[in-house]
Amino acid sequence: MVASANTRLRLETAHLTALFGQHRAVRDVTLLFPANTVTAIIGPSGCGKSTLLRCLNRMHELTPGASVEGEVLLDDVNIYAPDVNPVELRRRVGMVFQRPTPFPTMSIYDNVAAGLKVNGRKPRAEVDDAVSQALQQAALWEEVKDRLHTSALDLSGGQQQRLCIARAVAPAPEILLLDEPTASLDPAGTQRIEELCHALKRLYTIVIVTHNMQQAARVSDYTAFMYLGSLIEVGRTDEIFTKPKVEQTEAYITGRFG
Amino acid sequence: MTASDFRRHLMSRVMTTLVVILSFTAVLALVLILGNLIAKGASSIDWAFFTKSPVPAGQSGGGVANAIVGTAIVVGVAALIGVPIGVGAGMYLAEYGSGRLGFLVRFIADVLNGTPSIVVGIVGWTFIVKPTGHFSALAGSVALAILMIPMLARTTEEMVRLVPNSLREAALALGYPRWRTSLRVVARTAMGGIVTGCLVGIARIAGETAPLLFTALGNLNFTVNASQPMQTLSLQIYVYATGPFEEWHRIAWASALVLMGLVLIISLAARWVTRARYGSIR
Repeated sequence: MVASANTRLRLETAHLTALFGQHRAVRDVTLLFPANTVTAIIGPSGCGKSTLLRCLNRMHELTPGASVEGEVLLDDVNIYAPDVNPVELRRRVGMVFQRPTPFPTMSIYDNVAAGLKVNGRKPRAEVDDAVSQALQQAALWEEVKDRLHTSALDLSGGQQQRLCIARAVAPAPEILLLDEPTASLDPAGTQRIEELCHALKRLYTIVIVTHNMQQAARVSDYTAFMYLGSLIEVGRTDEIFTKPKVEQTEAYITGRFG
Repeated sequence: MTASDFRRHLMSRVMTTLVVILSFTAVLALVLILGNLIAKGASSIDWAFFTKSPVPAGQSGGGVANAIVGTAIVVGVAALIGVPIGVGAGMYLAEYGSGRLGFLVRFIADVLNGTPSIVVGIVGWTFIVKPTGHFSALAGSVALAILMIPMLARTTEEMVRLVPNSLREAALALGYPRWRTSLRVVARTAMGGIVTGCLVGIARIAGETAPLLFTALGNLNFTVNASQPMQTLSLQIYVYATGPFEEWHRIAWASALVLMGLVLIISLAARWVTRARYGSIR
């Protein structure tokens, strides 16, 4: 994949291998994620796509026995270098999970503000602004602006997931990782999240893991196909889906396996 | 209906009836205890019973104000000591206790949980009463706290473990440090369950007698001085029920009713806490 000249490189992996004990879940993956694009990672269940994603904000290492070899470069700095603090890194790389995970004891407002307060107290007005801006970015503002201080659990599943997106973008991260964000949503909820991807890539570099190929085709600029832990093929999404170069990719996207 | 269908329905009926009978038997114990206490104790309870201290043997009248206040102090101080340690240990076990130290702490807590309470009383006597030279309410509180800590540690651990791991991950992915994740997200989510565990633990130790025999000892006079021997309802019941006077037996019954009522109120509070907080683990 060649990034065009005016696209800064934000994030890349170099010979990245992720292990659970002795098992290599991601094998020697080298991949670029250009700035302000949406990159989709597709592949059958268990191919290592979620594990790859979790290496990008150092969530992978939280699993007991998990380890990483190779490098992940964020603006040319290896995030696995010993002087990088994973807690601070995660404030720069936001993440949204498969199932909505609103904090059950917090109101809608407090959920969105959760990541803002982690760096110490901020003036009330500043937090108010950031919360409403994040909710607008997540296209949830109109639905919740009159009940910001009610429980986040009263929202529907799709709203909860957009709340989680608002929570992830409120601290203004540089990268947004989406791990099958629509897996537990109905078609309407899915469509709203996909529209959001389009809108949010102006502000963030987005990496989305999905097992839904139509979704990858709809939302992404670049698509990477993984199989058995290895990166099989990566390229512009329209090319991957119309004229893939590798036989395995074609077999997968035409539904012959996976 | 075929023969096998008939047998199936019959079996279902028989089993359901059996289970209902057994359930009622279990509830019957509580009903009998409460009924007996009310029958024998309720008539002795009046305003003076709550406000007056005991009168010398042979005289009638007087109350158990000293024992009620004593129970509140001894149990209250025990909770002040036991709740932070027990809940803290439980948080540690659930959030960080996957290693060898966690295993050790868990094992010790289980052994302590099974320790007879009279043994804990002797421990309190050996380490506090003997060195200080006198019985004291504080020694009683320490003994009760020792009983309470392993109980709270284990229930807190259970409650914290119920918090889905996805919530921890969500907080960590937001850039929360681990300790902050444990406190701000995990502990808060499990709070309803933890508070319930504490209240149930307090209700449990409020009725303990054996650990107090060698520590708080009992006191016929009204006192709020925790460094002196102090009366509690359980000690009062023990002494009065085994005493020779009819009047004492009457007071023992009434004290038992008051103690039972106290435990019931704490248990109801525990129920209410779990119900009232939205979103908490139930």
